[in-house]
Amino acid sequence: MITPVILWTDALIFILIATVLWLIFGAAQKDYLRQQWRKAYAHPARMASMVILLCFVVIGIVDSLHYRQHTNQVKSVLDWLMQPTAEQQETTYSAPFATELFTRQMIKDAQGNITWVTPKLQFVHPENVLNKVLIAVGEGLSFWLLLSAIYWFVFVKLYNFHIYVGVPWRTAWLTLGMISVLIFVAKHLMYSYHIFGTDKIGGDVFYASVKSIRTGLVIGTLTTFITLPFAILFGAMAGYFRGWVDDTIQYVYITISSVPGVLLIAASVLTLEVVMQRHQDLFSLMAQRTDMRLLILCCVLGLTSWTDLCRIIRGETLKLRDQDFILASRAMGLSNLQIIRKHIVPNLVHIILISLVLDFSGLVLAEAVLSYVGVGVDPTTYSWGNMINSARMELGRDPVIWWSLFGAFILMFSLVLAANIFADGVRDAFDPKAV
Amino acid sequence: MWYYIIRRILYAIPVLLGVNFLTFILFFMVNTPDDIAYLHLGGKHVTQQEVTDWKAAHGYDLPLLYNSEQHSFTQTIFWQKSMHLFAFDFGVSDSGRDINQSIAERYAPSLSIAIPALLFSLIVNIVIAMTMAFFRGGYIDSWGVFICVMLMSISMLFFIVGGQYLVARILKWVPVSGYADGWSSIKFIILPVLVTVAADIGAGARWYRSFFLEEINKDYIRTARAKGLSEDVIMLRHVLPNALIPILTGVVVLLPLLFMGSLLTESFFGIPGLGSYTIDAIRNQDFAVVRAMVFLGSVLYILGLLLTDISYVIVDPRIRLN
Repeated sequence: MITPVILWTDALIFILIATVLWLIFGAAQKDYLRQQWRKAYAHPARMASMVILLCFVVIGIVDSLHYRQHTNQVKSVLDWLMQPTAEQQETTYSAPFATELFTRQMIKDAQGNITWVTPKLQFVHPENVLNKVLIAVGEGLSFWLLLSAIYWFVFVKLYNFHIYVGVPWRTAWLTLGMISVLIFVAKHLMYSYHIFGTDKIGGDVFYASVKSIRTGLVIGTLTTFITLPFAILFGAMAGYFRGWVDDTIQYVYITISSVPGVLLIAASVLTLEVVMQRHQDLFSLMAQRTDMRLLILCCVLGLTSWTDLCRIIRGETLKLRDQDFILASRAMGLSNLQIIRKHIVPNLVHIILISLVLDFSGLVLAEAVLSYVGVGVDPTTYSWGNMINSARMELGRDPVIWWSLFGAFILMFSLVLAANIFADGVRDAFDPKAV
Repeated sequence: MWYYIIRRILYAIPVLLGVNFLTFILFFMVNTPDDIAYLHLGGKHVTQQEVTDWKAAHGYDLPLLYNSEQHSFTQTIFWQKSMHLFAFDFGVSDSGRDINQSIAERYAPSLSIAIPALLFSLIVNIVIAMTMAFFRGGYIDSWGVFICVMLMSISMLFFIVGGQYLVARILKWVPVSGYADGWSSIKFIILPVLVTVAADIGAGARWYRSFFLEEINKDYIRTARAKGLSEDVIMLRHVLPNALIPILTGVVVLLPLLFMGSLLTESFFGIPGLGSYTIDAIRNQDFAVVRAMVFLGSVLYILGLLLTDISYVIVDPRIRLN
């Protein structure tokens, strides 16, 4: 019996995706918006990074579909897809593609003789790696070509879908091919080896780093998403009404932003942790507790990043409110609320969008630092910060254990790099002042 | 201008009061002092007597906001713990040490890392940014920007871990971590400074490049070029001084905060500065120290903002503060 479980962050992610889809649909109706967006991805590097980003998002979504089966353990669809790797726990460290454990262990045989051996890994089936990779590449390529053929047939043949010239569709196509090959290679090797080795307690590093994608995405997107309404409301109000409203809101955000970010986050997380410990009965499942901690971290991070956006929106609203079209609508008898909703906020969308994408990579990086400080996500949640935190002592060992850090590094770096390049594109397209 | 400075300092008082109230709410309203006592005494098997004793020993045995027995506002936790911060009297930490003394001992190591790191990263970033702006549009520029974006995408933690591994363990040029007093501390300082500078290149150089490009597109540069000045003279004599204005005024806001040190570098490299003090306090849930650091940090930040405004007036005579 499979019961779906919807955690708080899952629900928020689905709401976020629905909102984004709705906005995309709305933007696609308007020609000038379509043209502006085209500027955001009209560069090959930006197109490629957008495709990679989308791929991460898909993994994140698959990992957000939670269910539980008989037991109290909550799993996601991604766990199911990566099933053997998720469940195969070795005893301790092993190197990538190793067949034996990394450390020697003392074995006592029946006669009482003590020997030092490096035990074989339990869940590794040594095979010819090159053969496997070749098969996987072949499968990946054919899958990709099949998809392209279907796409070509349906959209180009049947619906006569015309492609805009000047948009690097070929880059998108090639990137998709690369990703498809990589996924197939990973899928094949995952069953026979630990691709990135295993960590201290024998967990698969590759699995951990893939699971961390969701945590990174949640922190990068939900943080801004949760605080966006407050930033827009307060920023627009401060700029529109001026006077004492402005003074009060300014006072609030100057006060909050004058506390050093890390300290405010640490203080809030520490206190809320005590609150959570007092109300443990609220969370019947382990996953709900760790999820709540993740959500709290998002809210707290939002509390500190909210002020910057609010200040920018206030400044922009100050400029807007004296423009002629606002005066005209006031003369026509629109109420303040209507003016803010219909005329001010739509003119702030580009700023909000830019700050949303620009904040994303910073927040993903901040998660790692906060986990190191000890106020990040729950220690049992898979996150790159937790991986780095538990792996940093291992570099001191001889021979060195580098693969945990490597796994976290590769995925985190590709996500943040793709996000940074994409953010540059969005900023160039929407910021009139961008050089 | 003096009038402006005095007004700004007066405005800082309600802001700091707000900060104090914020931390007060976080530390004493959300969690009662009883919770803190339980946390420090270790949870389950703690008697009420022990809690009361702990609270008495650390001065938490007072009412929160108003003392109705003595009819005073001063004999309360808010006054004793939060208002005393205004006199820079931080009291004792929850583990029983004098916070003022700890700060006095620890600010020097923090500064010995932070100041050289700031200076070197300024120089390195300006040089790189200027080179990219000089070759704007060319290969050096576009690859430079791309490398900057790549460097920006690497977490600070990887810079530290990688730097420690490469420089200290493989090459063995400097010790991995530690600190000494006096001039012998240099060998401990080099690596943290190097790592901080390297981690800052991505964001810093790219940001400064935009300042340079903004200046290059201005009219007076076109005039200089029309006069027949060579491109490198224009860069050094005209663009550099003018691009330095936003760069340096941007740095001023950071200056007071250097005092607080860097959380990550100090704790990784075992520097006994204020950054590692803070991080230890967070890890040990020493609320008294965190509270003191929040206050100190806010004071320094507000000071930084004030200095920034003043520096604008100094470098640009068109700006009048009032």
